[in-house]
Amino acid sequence: MADVNRGDRPLSPHLSIYRPMYTMILSITHRITGVGLSLGLVLVTWWFLTLAIGEKYFAFADAVLTSVFGGLILIASLWALMFHLCNGIRHLFWDAGYGFELQTAWRSGLAVIACSIILTILIVAISLGGS
Amino acid sequence: MSFQTDRQRVSGLGSAKDGTHEWIGHRISAIALVPLVILFVVPLALSLGGDFEDVRHVYAHPFNAIVGILFFITVSLHLKHGLQEVIVDYIHGKKKLVLALLANTAFSAILGVTGVFSIAKIAFGG
Ligand code: HEM
Ligand code: HEM
Repeated sequence: MADVNRGDRPLSPHLSIYRPMYTMILSITHRITGVGLSLGLVLVTWWFLTLAIGEKYFAFADAVLTSVFGGLILIASLWALMFHLCNGIRHLFWDAGYGFELQTAWRSGLAVIACSIILTILIVAISLGGS
Repeated sequence: MSFQTDRQRVSGLGSAKDGTHEWIGHRISAIALVPLVILFVVPLALSLGGDFEDVRHVYAHPFNAIVGILFFITVSLHLKHGLQEVIVDYIHGKKKLVLALLANTAFSAILGVTGVFSIAKIAFGG
């Protein structure tokens, strides 16, 4: 019975036939930021390792991370983290069974975008004020 | 002949074999990360570009040390499960899949342990 009609079943509709919506972009961005953050964390872990082993190493790592290029990577990572954090909370509400109404999902998506940008600006301001 | 039902014959043959506990573990780590990320990022943002001894002082403080170690443990578990989900979606073929999963385990473990080691070493004054 399980072998009947193998390879000749109807397929679910492909992505390309749907009208693009920003919620789709948010969906894939959660995955992209998750993978990106995993790589970005390598830099932060390296910074902590040099902090543990000696001033000479730390001076180099810290200079790399606070250079213009390093700073751009850190700010991009910070936004990615804040997006993933906010959208992760959105995911957790879905996992608990809330927020599936179309209007709610659209609005929570916009809230995620707004909150991630505000939090990023806030933390960059804290960082610049601190050093 | 086999007396197994069709349902029983295919049980466990799906791509993942099992995974409910991993799914739940991933959500638990996500919930724990909500406060941890904020508590981890703020002192980090204040410390970048700081003086070596000052920054060591920040992470030698018990609160920052404990938060930092909790963060590295939790995030390494979270990103291991997360990257595993991405890997099983996009990597096809048993050999490649097993290699990618092994690499992921090694990557996540090294990242987590390096973070914990570094902060512990600073906190214990070594
Ligand atoms: C209206 C359009 C879309 C529909 C109907 C759709 C449908 C689905 C379905 C049914 C799943 C499986 C969910 C599950 O495993 O529980 C899924 C997962 C996924 N989709 Fe889509 N999708 C859409 C748009 C997109 C777009 C635009 C992207 C990015 C290019 C995308 C990327 C993904 C990814 C990465 C997953 C895996 C997510 C995960 O494992 O958590 N999807 N999608
Ligand atoms: C540096 C910190 C973090 C890293 C490196 C990270 C990494 C990842 C990765 C790689 C994934 C898999 C993405 C996918 O399957 O599409 C993921 C998924 C997820 N993350 Fe994170 N994450 C981090 C922080 C957080 C935080 C703070 C939350 C808080 C809510 C969170 C919530 C989630 C959730 C709910 C999912 C599952 C999404 C789904 O159902 O598809 N993550 N994360």
